[in-house]
Amino acid sequence: MSTADKQVKIAVRNLYKIFGDDPASILPMLSDGIDKADIQRRTGHVIGLNNINVDISAGLITVIMGLSGSGKSTLIRHLNRLIEPTAGEIEMDGDDIMAYDSGRLRALRQTRMSMVFQKFALLPHRTVLQNTMLAPEIRGENGSASTEEAVKWIHRVGLEGCEDSFPHQLSGGMQQRVGLARALTSNAEVMLMDEAFSALDPLIRTSMQDLLLELQQDLHKTIVFITHDLDEALKLADHLVILKDGFIVQQGEPQHILLNPSDPYIEEFVSDINRARVLKVRSIMDGNRRAKANHGEVDSGMSLESLIAHAEGDIDRSFAVHDDGARVGTITMKAVFKALVRYDLAGTGRTNNGAG
Amino acid sequence: MAAYAGIFDLFGLREWCDAGKTKSLMSLRQLKGEDPAWWEIPFPSLDNLHKACGSIPQTRDFTAWLENGFLAIRPSLRVVLDPLTQPLSWALDGALTLFTTLPWWCLVPIILVGTMLSSKSSRITAFVAACFAFFLFTDHYGYAVQTLSIIFVCTVLCAILGVPTGILMSKNDTAQRVITPVLDMLQTLPTFVYLIPLIFLFKITEPKLYGLAIILYSIVPVIRLTNLGIRLVDRDVIEAANAYGMTARQKLVQVEIPLALPNIMAGINQTIMMSLAMVVIASLVSAPGLGTLVLDGINNLRLGVGFVAGFGIVLLAIILDRVSKAALARVDESRKI
Repeated sequence: MSTADKQVKIAVRNLYKIFGDDPASILPMLSDGIDKADIQRRTGHVIGLNNINVDISAGLITVIMGLSGSGKSTLIRHLNRLIEPTAGEIEMDGDDIMAYDSGRLRALRQTRMSMVFQKFALLPHRTVLQNTMLAPEIRGENGSASTEEAVKWIHRVGLEGCEDSFPHQLSGGMQQRVGLARALTSNAEVMLMDEAFSALDPLIRTSMQDLLLELQQDLHKTIVFITHDLDEALKLADHLVILKDGFIVQQGEPQHILLNPSDPYIEEFVSDINRARVLKVRSIMDGNRRAKANHGEVDSGMSLESLIAHAEGDIDRSFAVHDDGARVGTITMKAVFKALVRYDLAGTGRTNNGAG
Repeated sequence: MAAYAGIFDLFGLREWCDAGKTKSLMSLRQLKGEDPAWWEIPFPSLDNLHKACGSIPQTRDFTAWLENGFLAIRPSLRVVLDPLTQPLSWALDGALTLFTTLPWWCLVPIILVGTMLSSKSSRITAFVAACFAFFLFTDHYGYAVQTLSIIFVCTVLCAILGVPTGILMSKNDTAQRVITPVLDMLQTLPTFVYLIPLIFLFKITEPKLYGLAIILYSIVPVIRLTNLGIRLVDRDVIEAANAYGMTARQKLVQVEIPLALPNIMAGINQTIMMSLAMVVIASLVSAPGLGTLVLDGINNLRLGVGFVAGFGIVLLAIILDRVSKAALARVDESRKI
């Protein structure tokens, strides 16, 4: 699962966004390493994004995670230039988006990028079907083909029979399904999702996440997903980017970040996670394909929680790990239990054992 | 000796002051040769300065100058304004002729069907029917119809002119800064003061005279509420429209106007109410309708006539308010968020 062989869909290079009267004058201060709070106090300018570099791979879900005020919503709005950067480059398929004039930019938004919003942002005076047909309608495609396409996606997101309802007649979860259907009907390669599930109840949120993953298995869209919820990020992400105060603290494969947090901020973040549920066998296993395994085979995508259940809690078992039928490694239950210990407790745990 | 005469003498301006001076009347004190005490010194207003120096104009010269100035530009203003406002006269004349020549058994059902269609409420329709029955029985029907036709024309024109102006204000902060004080002035100017420049400009028999007065007075709320409505459209929805690549025109027609419609309708409701208020005052400048009866009641102290006509205006106000509010409520109903 290295990201090197993935085709880069959108490349963000040295992106800065500064809010204030004269943003360009602040850039030199940033390169001098003056920190955000200091700049705000001295000049009244707010640093939105600070030297962002991200590769967004085609066909994968890139999750950008951070707390409120970390700049994640600002970042996603740069990808379709709803917000103009102070400095930096954004390339899509090698094409410089920053050089687009307003006509080309509109064409980009109409055909190549769709967006799902936290507050749904449906048109309240239009029915579900009319809302879903927004993108083709803007492009001037009002024929029956677009209606069929819209109906197909309305069914696909599970809203059969709601075509003629108005948004205010639907629950929040159903409204966001309309938002999702609207984005899918636009048929764009890239889908931007700005805290798309944050406004929903936990149970509905989970079912929406499952729906998204299920759709993604067939569609392989390039999805950029914003969230402040680490569980959600770990569940959806192929590539995880963690933002704090406008700069990237760490990015990479989510399992890797969980096992190797690069800084105390991330350690704190990941400390409350149910590691058994999130960590997968493939992240923990030993790459040795010939090592002896005393209890049969398991799938590499299995979570540690299911593996513990599978092993009936027996610490002496070990398993051969398979992926698509081929053996890729070995996992011992000892390694599993060690992986469950929080990163910051790993050292102290060992000392206690020694003393006991 | 006038209070400020000394000052003009001091600067050697006496000669300039007294040029063409005619001997003015003297007060009793001056005849007695008494000077006023120092605490009685008046403010150096135009009139007081004039007493000391005849070459300084009096206040009444100033107002006369304004009047003459206005009269001087009047012909050229008329060349521009007359053709511009002529359609208003035609519309008012046309509507008055149409509404008054249609027989009552034809017009009243049309109004009732219109009420039913726009309000979708049988209670309001029944009320409108009862009001028209009252007008017909008390022989005020003709006057009421004249008033209605004036309001109809003025409201339609207010909407046609006011909504685009409001949209312009919502899109352009400079336009908003320029237009807002004008609207403030139109709203605070005493209603009689409107009539003064209009009487100068147009013949008093021309319908556009009162038409303009009504439109200027009642266009304000529809402009304000259109501006406000569009500025208050949910920013998230606008962002979605942008994110899917809508052009400015698509955004306006498909998103902003539909979402601002409840506010715009509220503005039109207010416009109707204000034009009804103005139509009474406009009867001073020959606007026909119930207002003339009220004026007659005041002028000739015919209390009953004025009272019944006033009651008729209240009935019209209630009808127009209820019908337009019911239409507004139906718009709101389908737009709940």
